[in-house]
Amino acid sequence: MIISIASGKGGTGKTTVATNMAVSVGTDVQVLDCDVEEPNAHLFLHPTIEEIQTITTPVPEVDMAKCTLCGKCGEICQFKAIVVIGETVLPFHEMCHSCGGCMEVCPEKAITEAGREMGVIERGHRNGMEFVHGKLRVGEAMSPPLIRKVREYARPGALTIIDAPPGTSCPVIASMKGADFVLLVTEPTPFGLHDLKLAVGAVRILGIPCGLVINRSDMGNDEVWTYARQEGIPILMEIPFDRRIAEVYSRGEMIVEAMPEWKEKFLDLYHRIEKLAA
Amino acid sequence: MKEIVVISGKGGTGKTSIVSAFASFAENKVLCDADVDAADLHLIMNPTIRERHDFQSGYTAIIHRDKCTECGLCRDLCRWHAISEDFVVDPIECEGCGVCYYFCPEKAIDFPLNTCGEWYISDTRFGPMAHARLGIAEENSGKLVSLIRQQGKVLAEQNNLNLLLTDGPPGIGCPVIASLGGAAAVLIVSEPTVSGRHDMERVAELAAFFRIPSMVCVNKFDLNPEQGEAIEAFARDKNVRVMGRVPFDPVFTRAMVQGQTIAEFDSGSEGCQAVRKIWENLAEDIGI
Repeated sequence: MIISIASGKGGTGKTTVATNMAVSVGTDVQVLDCDVEEPNAHLFLHPTIEEIQTITTPVPEVDMAKCTLCGKCGEICQFKAIVVIGETVLPFHEMCHSCGGCMEVCPEKAITEAGREMGVIERGHRNGMEFVHGKLRVGEAMSPPLIRKVREYARPGALTIIDAPPGTSCPVIASMKGADFVLLVTEPTPFGLHDLKLAVGAVRILGIPCGLVINRSDMGNDEVWTYARQEGIPILMEIPFDRRIAEVYSRGEMIVEAMPEWKEKFLDLYHRIEKLAA
Repeated sequence: MKEIVVISGKGGTGKTSIVSAFASFAENKVLCDADVDAADLHLIMNPTIRERHDFQSGYTAIIHRDKCTECGLCRDLCRWHAISEDFVVDPIECEGCGVCYYFCPEKAIDFPLNTCGEWYISDTRFGPMAHARLGIAEENSGKLVSLIRQQGKVLAEQNNLNLLLTDGPPGIGCPVIASLGGAAAVLIVSEPTVSGRHDMERVAELAAFFRIPSMVCVNKFDLNPEQGEAIEAFARDKNVRVMGRVPFDPVFTRAMVQGQTIAEFDSGSEGCQAVRKIWENLAEDIGI
């Protein structure tokens, strides 16, 4: 089963829920941190990294000895990533989406592909749990290709918990698509609710069942409960504000280890998801 | 005209609450919400929309089954696996590269321009505001960020205002990169947690990569002073100017629930005083 943990608004507690639920379930679990722009799960899980892989995406290189300056490459490119200027062809690697169109269209076969580094994927373990995350190279704009690479590590038969990035656009979609269940972590504030509605919209486009965790449930107002009831979205867990939890988090510790009474609650959260996803 | 962009790396550190407070303190400014993915500034600014425009960007392929001979060339060429076995394009997977459209021997593929959001020019009690709404699950957020910042600049020029105050997106990817170019400085709002620190370091590196001067403030400082100090030490080491500390103060949430800036809600609160000090430091630093 794949459970993707998303939120819309950032900082609502996605990583806290993802890591603590994973540790509570214990065996045959993998955590895939797909927030490749700002991956954080490793700061709490402290996995032993066993494998580091550099991920590249293909970008064009032009052999000017073969090029006739016909301009077809610039014509097919939708991303202005290759242009003929005077007597030369300039590829702009940072703009390239790696569609391969320029290489395909070149009548002289003057274009080959080299790799642009997108970032790295690190894989390791914490006790029996498998851990994988992507780290986008600082300066790289496109995160979805790296997110898709991280997701390739999902093992059929295992419980795969995905920590998704904030927002509702392409990186979030890449982190939720194909999941069996999306767990939305929100806070009962106007910002939390506004962004939750967007996230629910995204989940509905993908047609995935979802449920809610309300974090810092006593800081804000009650509108998120009204919204959840109206929309028929089950509330699977509430976490009241507790300065001890905030401090445990701030130090990079697991709540279920520093405050063991929470382990049962996170396990219960998982069992409720299991029933809803079935 | 100078632009300050407020970013954070990590989400939920308090960017929008701090930008809202700045809106109370700053004079002669235009507000801009560049977090187009999950825009929240309007919930405090309560804008009256004066202009509404479609945001059009990117293309999506559509296969006309009546003309399609199922030769399969499009499926072979598509690197996004966006075309199903029965030749239907999945608009979510389609990257808009147009390769299928270009090569289809039957000219059976259309490639229409997408309308993927809206952008607005508004009036608020704090002055003019440029903001936007990216459609759910849409792409091209970076282009919308660039567009909305450009509109903010136009508004500033038209109204003879000397400051553009931009609420930026979280992360370090395409929308953040689009929010940096040409800014006078970025203010990184961090929090004293291992994740806040990790993410601040990455976004500070990004700002340095694009040679944008950066400043940092640590929100909820007292939650973990040790982490807060580590963030400030990192900043000093990287020539990121330290602007101040904000204490953990539930008044931020209460102000948000009322749709008010913290200065409107409780100007005497510890949180408000701290943000005011940061604003004064920042204004002095960039010379406005």
